[in-house]
Amino acid sequence: MTEISEATDGVRDMAQGAARLTGHGLTLAYDRRTIAEGLDVAIPDRSFTVIVGPNGCGKSTLLRALARMLKPAAGTVLLDGQDIARLPGKQVARTLGLLPQSSVAPDGITVADLVARGRYPHQSLLRQWSREDERIVTESMAATGVAELADRPVDELSGGQRQRVWIAMALAQQTPLLLLDEPTTYLDIAHQLEILDLCARLHREEGRTLVAVLHDLNQAARYATHLIAMRDGRVLAEGTPAEVVTAERVEEIFRLPCRVIDDPETGTPLVVPAAVRSRVVVG
Amino acid sequence: MSTRTGTKTIRTGGISLRCRPRSLAAGAACLLFALVMAVVCLGSGDYTMSPGQVLRTLLGQGAPADDFIVNELRLPRVVTALLVGAALALAGALFQSLVRNPLGSPDVLGFTQGAATGALLVVVAGGGSLALAGGAVAGGVTTGLLIYALARRDGLHGYRLVLTGIGVAAILTGVNGYLLTRTKLTDAARVVLWLTGSLDGRGWENATPLLIVLAVLVPVVLLGCERPLRMLEMGDDAAHALGIRVERLRMVLLLAAVLLAAFASAAAGPVNFVALTAPQLARRLAKAPGPNLLPSMCLGAALLVSCDWLAQRLVGGHQLPVGVITGVLGGGYLVWLLAVQRKAGRI
Repeated sequence: MTEISEATDGVRDMAQGAARLTGHGLTLAYDRRTIAEGLDVAIPDRSFTVIVGPNGCGKSTLLRALARMLKPAAGTVLLDGQDIARLPGKQVARTLGLLPQSSVAPDGITVADLVARGRYPHQSLLRQWSREDERIVTESMAATGVAELADRPVDELSGGQRQRVWIAMALAQQTPLLLLDEPTTYLDIAHQLEILDLCARLHREEGRTLVAVLHDLNQAARYATHLIAMRDGRVLAEGTPAEVVTAERVEEIFRLPCRVIDDPETGTPLVVPAAVRSRVVVG
Repeated sequence: MSTRTGTKTIRTGGISLRCRPRSLAAGAACLLFALVMAVVCLGSGDYTMSPGQVLRTLLGQGAPADDFIVNELRLPRVVTALLVGAALALAGALFQSLVRNPLGSPDVLGFTQGAATGALLVVVAGGGSLALAGGAVAGGVTTGLLIYALARRDGLHGYRLVLTGIGVAAILTGVNGYLLTRTKLTDAARVVLWLTGSLDGRGWENATPLLIVLAVLVPVVLLGCERPLRMLEMGDDAAHALGIRVERLRMVLLLAAVLLAAFASAAAGPVNFVALTAPQLARRLAKAPGPNLLPSMCLGAALLVSCDWLAQRLVGGHQLPVGVITGVLGGGYLVWLLAVQRKAGRI
């Protein structure tokens, strides 16, 4: 069993196309409602993978299964070749981090205290707060630009600041893989981009593998290095944004007639929905 | 320097420990107060003794008469009060943290009513006081399992548990009223006293089972579960992400809390409101978010032993059951809590 505690381990040499996190034959269900059946996915190492698709397509459900929050009704999620459900919780938490959609900041907790909680999987009864913990928490706050907020109570912060604090906490966990469940929800456009820029930087500079669920296809196309497009619990397309975001594909996935042009800023695909009159609602 | 506010870190070699001086001080102050009140209780009654006399007697250097009064008559009652207070407060702190709601305490959620039902069934069947304690434990644990089964769906959520518990508590209160009418008149007087919560005539046979339960559960809960419990307060998903087995942790802690509440009820009856108030007061004293388990326990012990002292001397020449005092104080506290929460816009 390999134990990976340093994010830098993600940079080590790996065969092209390697994937530490994979799902095989996943059937995902809540109670008796089946969301997806026989799903196979692989998260390419050191990619910024974004899962997109219409509401209810199962993208968040897939992310929850990959983060072992949802036990698959059938199939397995493998982390470094081992069944994630059988690995010790703390060991998984040192390799795979997750930013949940909704978390509760305890009453009156300060930014530094909340970020410090990200160190939990590295701590034990006799190792409650090492110098390394302290250093990493400081670094995580600096990386997310919340260092100057360290002593402020979290409930006083704006939505954008709060989201950066939660990301700092996930960073403090020092996992080579980081999963983000709709990290931009409830934020205005400027703060959405701020969070995505931060994610892109973490991916680029620290060599982490990022997986995010996003609603906005154009943002996904701009930031992702790998896209997984889902509809009705199935993966319809997978690949680079240029491969996935084409007019035919977008119509197939979202039932949205559109044109795809080059983003004048970045050159990535940009979806321009057709004007209302020429739109035909299918299905 | 520590980046954590209000904490001190001690490091030697590969070991690092962290504590909050304010929480420790709050716990120590409560414990000291509890012990002082215990000495006061031991010295007061029909035959009064000075604190010095009490301490000498406790150390085995008192007169034979003093020794009998302190160690045989009064000590079991005071020890029971301390243990019941600590156990109820710990149960309350666990419940409140698990359901993320200050109303989540065993007396609101129906566990103590369940214990009463168990005890009443035993009395109706003609059992003695030891059987009554056994019935209380069985009733409390059964109610715990019932509420867990009813409220569970896709994991456990705070409000669902609170509402289910209130419903079950209401049903059980009705059942208890009915059972009371089925008891013999002589038993009824004894049972009503027990139902109010009373420390009258408590002996070592009441304190010992609770002491054993506390000796087993306190290390498990305080050392093994307080840190993950603090993580759980951020939500199931966040706790999961940090590597905590959420369902298992919750099962263990619910079981511990139910056992503590049930054994406490068995020893002194369903004493009201200690479990509800002690954790909230402790949180304010310690000025810390989170479960505050240790300060809560110390405060619970101090609260109950003080209430028992009041109960013995508030009405001249007439002993009140301690549950009357905790009920009056706790009820007032509950109204205040609701008013504050309404102001804060939470309800």
